[in-house]
Amino acid sequence: MQNYTSQDDPYLLPRQSLDKDISEDISERIVGAILFACALVSVLTTFGIVIIIFQETFGFFQEVSFAQFFLDTKWTPLFAERHFGIWPLINGTFLTTAIAMSVAIPLGLCSAIYLSEYAQPKVAAVLRPAVELLAGVPTVVYGYFALLFLTPLLRNFIPLEIFNSLSAGVMMGIMITPTVGSISLDAIKSVPRSLREGAYALGITKLETIFKVVLPAALSGIIASIILGISRAVGETMTVLIAAGLQPKLTISFAESIATMTAYMAQISGGDSPRGSLNFKTLYAVGAVLFVITLSLNIVSYWIANRYKEKYE
Amino acid sequence: MATSYQDDDSFASGAEFTDNVDKRESLGKVFEVIFLIGLLIGIFVLALLLFDILGDGLGRFLSPGFLTDTPSRFPDQGGIRPAIVSSILLGLVVIFVTVPIGVGAALYLEEYAPKAWWTVVIEINISNLAGVPSIVYGLLGLGVFNYLLGFGPALISGALTLSLLSLPVIIVTSREAIRAVPDSLRNASYGLGVTKWKTISSHVIPYAVPGILTGVIISVSRAIGDAASLIVVGAVGFLTFDPGLFQRFMALPIQIYSYITRPEPGFASAAAATIIALLLLILALNGVAIYIRQRFSIR
Repeated sequence: MQNYTSQDDPYLLPRQSLDKDISEDISERIVGAILFACALVSVLTTFGIVIIIFQETFGFFQEVSFAQFFLDTKWTPLFAERHFGIWPLINGTFLTTAIAMSVAIPLGLCSAIYLSEYAQPKVAAVLRPAVELLAGVPTVVYGYFALLFLTPLLRNFIPLEIFNSLSAGVMMGIMITPTVGSISLDAIKSVPRSLREGAYALGITKLETIFKVVLPAALSGIIASIILGISRAVGETMTVLIAAGLQPKLTISFAESIATMTAYMAQISGGDSPRGSLNFKTLYAVGAVLFVITLSLNIVSYWIANRYKEKYE
Repeated sequence: MATSYQDDDSFASGAEFTDNVDKRESLGKVFEVIFLIGLLIGIFVLALLLFDILGDGLGRFLSPGFLTDTPSRFPDQGGIRPAIVSSILLGLVVIFVTVPIGVGAALYLEEYAPKAWWTVVIEINISNLAGVPSIVYGLLGLGVFNYLLGFGPALISGALTLSLLSLPVIIVTSREAIRAVPDSLRNASYGLGVTKWKTISSHVIPYAVPGILTGVIISVSRAIGDAASLIVVGAVGFLTFDPGLFQRFMALPIQIYSYITRPEPGFASAAAATIIALLLLILALNGVAIYIRQRFSIR
């Protein structure tokens, strides 16, 4: 990626031949090896995640069949009558995610379009970091705000349960807005000026240029940002745990308490479930599903974003 | 049929065409306002959130002993000292672990890595790790630090878990900082016969420090605000002593969560007060970063 690699660096070759001090050369190699080891930590982390999750998940599926996990429609591992159907948790996760994205996509795109096409550079320099502050607020704070401010407020107008997916989803959407906004903004900004100028030359208004030229040209970057936002929403824990409740059910009603995969995981864990118990293994089985879903979303997003990069560079 | 008529008409009479442009331009104005409102909603919610939390928690935050006492079972008594101590300890360990490893990895990828398939694998791997949910890192920490290494649900397990969580962010931002160092600087150093590592340590790193620091602060404030992974590793919501590295531990976000989930009404304001403490801690961290960044970039 960078210019200086030890093999083919023209500046280094003469130096090595002049080198008097062998110990210096050895210490240089040692430093290189240490830095390489640092880079390997990330690979080890990935291996660690995969091995640990799938080892315990394997143990889980020795006690619970695939059919029980993927065909049952009830998730009650803590009750006397145990059911291990994952669908209620997936349902809850995608319900809150859908609500979150219906907030984050319009807000994120509006932010990106305004900052790129309308705002004066000085105004944008203030507003962009202000929007990105939203991503820096700890998620437990959004949970607090959803449960103790947003839910009571919405209950004045809509009959909601105290724990409901609407408040949690809306808060999560606000939190994810900068994710969608930043990446879309970069995509919109990298649409060449000449495309816009060509459109103006044909007598098209600014708004029409945005919708008919700029957004289609930036589409793959925008889609990548949306997929990444979905991945964030699927993996988000504290907001849904606090505001959406812990009742796994198959419903599309945003007014009821549901449970997401992450909320269940937080509920069952705490370092207290004895290792080797079936409850402990459900934690990892649900974690494996979550990991596979978010990983696929991230890979798709990465792939789309990269394909788009080749287009203009 | 209708289209061809309109086309003919617009060519024939310029007046009607101009009217159309006015309409289209004013629609553009309407949408400009809509885009602006969309942008401002997020900032408005943020302001509302801060205002609400200050209103709910400021009184409790300023009450005597809130920052210095241990928690109590009664909502309007006790404080959050163990949580503050835990969070600071967690942050320190994260800095000591991730800064050397993260900057080292960034230096390797930018300065040493040859163009080969396995360096591409490492890069894709890092960007994927940045998207792994916090709670999955919790599973990793539980498996490796709690059980494999035998630390149990101790502060060190939580701290190392948070370190792995923040590593990708530090690597990515450090790489950007290192990439921004002009090549002329390296060339000048090599031209004098200075070895590679000495060039990096005396020229590249000092030049990249402000950018690296920014990444460190972003990721440490994320780590301090993270609760999901710590819940899995085994953080507790109630502790009557200041934890050491190998003891059970709390954290400010965990304390907030624990306060929110208690039914008595007074705990809501205790939660808000703890949120104020957490936000102040994050703000202080960012303040330090801005200060150091300015000092370094004045050179």
